[in-house]
Amino acid sequence: MEILKYSEDHNRFRNRLRKLLEIEVAPHIDQWDKELLIPKPVWQKMGQEGFLCMSVAPEYGGQGLDFLYSVIVIEEVARINYFSFFIHLHSDIVVPYIDSYASHELKKKYLPGCVSGDIITAVAMTEPGAGSDLASIATTAVEEGDEIVLNGSKTFISNGVNCDLVVVAARNPQEENPYSAISLYLVEAGIPGFKKGKQLAKMGMHSQDTAELFFTNCRIPAKNILGQKGGGFLMLMEKLQQERLICAVGGIWSAKSILDYTLDYFKSRIGEEKSIARSQAAQFAFAEMSTQVSLGQTFVDNLVVRHMEKEQVVTETCMAKYWTTDLAKDIAGRCIDLLGDFGAMESCPVAKVYKDIRVMPIFAGTNEIMKGIIAKSLGF
Amino acid sequence: MYELTRSQKQIQKAARDFSKGEFDKDLAMEMDEQHQVPCEILASAVELGFLGIQYETEYSGGGMGLFENALIAEELCRKDCSIGSALMLSVSGAEALLRFGSKEQKQKFLPGLADGDLRFGAAFNENGMSGLLSAGKTIAVKKDDGFLINGDKRFVIHGSGASLYIVLCRVLGDDGTDQGPCLILVEAQQGGVQIKKAGDTVGLCMTSFSDLCFENVKVPLSNLIGKQGKGLEYAKSCMDETRILIAAIALGTAQGALDRAIDYVKQREQFGRKIARFEVTRQKIADMAVQVESARLFTYHAAKSFDKKQLDPKVSFMAKIVSTSAAVEVADEAIQLLGGYGYMKEYEVERFYRDAKALNLLLGSGQVQKNSIAEKVIGRI
Repeated sequence: MEILKYSEDHNRFRNRLRKLLEIEVAPHIDQWDKELLIPKPVWQKMGQEGFLCMSVAPEYGGQGLDFLYSVIVIEEVARINYFSFFIHLHSDIVVPYIDSYASHELKKKYLPGCVSGDIITAVAMTEPGAGSDLASIATTAVEEGDEIVLNGSKTFISNGVNCDLVVVAARNPQEENPYSAISLYLVEAGIPGFKKGKQLAKMGMHSQDTAELFFTNCRIPAKNILGQKGGGFLMLMEKLQQERLICAVGGIWSAKSILDYTLDYFKSRIGEEKSIARSQAAQFAFAEMSTQVSLGQTFVDNLVVRHMEKEQVVTETCMAKYWTTDLAKDIAGRCIDLLGDFGAMESCPVAKVYKDIRVMPIFAGTNEIMKGIIAKSLGF
Repeated sequence: MYELTRSQKQIQKAARDFSKGEFDKDLAMEMDEQHQVPCEILASAVELGFLGIQYETEYSGGGMGLFENALIAEELCRKDCSIGSALMLSVSGAEALLRFGSKEQKQKFLPGLADGDLRFGAAFNENGMSGLLSAGKTIAVKKDDGFLINGDKRFVIHGSGASLYIVLCRVLGDDGTDQGPCLILVEAQQGGVQIKKAGDTVGLCMTSFSDLCFENVKVPLSNLIGKQGKGLEYAKSCMDETRILIAAIALGTAQGALDRAIDYVKQREQFGRKIARFEVTRQKIADMAVQVESARLFTYHAAKSFDKKQLDPKVSFMAKIVSTSAAVEVADEAIQLLGGYGYMKEYEVERFYRDAKALNLLLGSGQVQKNSIAEKVIGRI
């Protein structure tokens, strides 16, 4: 029994997206990886075709579609092994902050651009000194009349080079309790005092533009705040369920995609003499990995359903995020072993993925943080 | 655990000082990205006598053993796995000539060693980097005035810079009779030798891998190494040596990743304290240290036995599995401990992780190695 009930509309959406990715995206991946950036027109093309921010209401230029459409986007991007294409970060992680907490005025101003791909978004939480420990954010936000003055620096910001609009987490230096000191603000790129740093050189995900952001006496209108003053920590916590669920969907689909590729590669060699496809040990390895992917898939699909029913599944999404991203990493390593020397070549898709997905157990809260949350939920 | 002699300690320290003085992080990042062989560092390593220390002094070697060579590999790779492995692997390949060649052959071909031209290519396999030796497709037809060689070899380590190849091939008599596998010396400039880059690898990016194509390559009969029909046996024995070298390279890689992780957790603060104070961090570091030490014991043991000519062949396979798996796992955990920084090139452990994976695959993945071990452990059924 399929856990996720895809309708005809969902399937049509998937087919259209698959075609578009195959034509407009897949052939250019190597080029963009060299250029370290995905050109903005690609985002706009995705937007025009309705593949960005599907959940945004029609009132703000969106389609008001359910979360399954987001799942489809993640799956299809994983299918072409292109993990640098962080459209889900924009559509399903950052934009929901604006959608849920911004004023009607801000939503009118920004959401249509987010949907069309004219505005690319990023979220700036992590700082050089505040990674896992989010409460120690040091970037300050000080009120001066009807303006807010931001000072501080952020790092590892995905979409950091391309972004036009950033959700910035900053603290009120007057408030001592870290949990009620943080607020979220919308900051437009290009305004005085906001500088993007150089792109950070990473192991993989080369066309995913990851950068540092610097705020020096950066003045923004006070009304650019999201939600209540001091409510930042709570908002972040509230949105992390979806963020981690998205990571888990990405994790399980990466694992599946790597496994499918390797399996096809082996099957195409079954006829060959002395083929490694006849190796019993290799067959058992495939059996084990397929089992893991099936179990993970069932758990994640189930969480998608519960998330869509607005259930609180914070602990379970932490479990899924940690388990699936570790799984994807392990399966990539095992598949490389199975592919032998081809697996060690840059030209092998699995080798590329191996480098790309090593960040998964780190981002959106390291897997150690996930285990800490799970342990807490067990009553420790 | 392993007592080093005074001279071994001196070699170790010299290698450590050399790597500190000559290796540069920014340069390493650049060479890794450009897939460049570190030629200048290689030249000074040769000049200072760090490479080929296991070869006889009359051929400009250091007259030491594989154990001393392993100590150097460990130190160099601990400082920088990509540069260290590129240096250490650049002199491998000459073993067959040094161990099984005639005096005349050595005198003819080895003076190049003294000039720092130490590049040999061991062209033993035809199936990629799998390490499964094969002489099936490369044929040398024996004529009165020499061998006529045709066929392809794959994944020759540092094949593009080599001046001399040692080729495992099957010799056929003029009448087509099979005369068994042989090792034959082929000079790179010889007409009919084509050298092609095997492609860019994910790790060990400063080491070049080449595919060779021989088309009617003619070499004199005197280029045959040792006895006819013994080629596979010689090649296997050379592979024992190379596997132990790879284990030593991986040991240095693992140790280097552990060093960096320890430095990081001692200075990084989160939640109001150094992350080295968290129990899980401490246990991860402990696990990593156990793996590094196991790799060290196995590698040293294998190298020592090799030098004493008492190597149990399965031990070289085991050392390679233990050490390269340790490198992969330790580097992986180092990335995790460094968090976001671990994924950034600047912090180096990502390169250790990629190199470790390539070392794990070089001369055959665990899968391939396990079959070789099983063959030796189970024996005849």
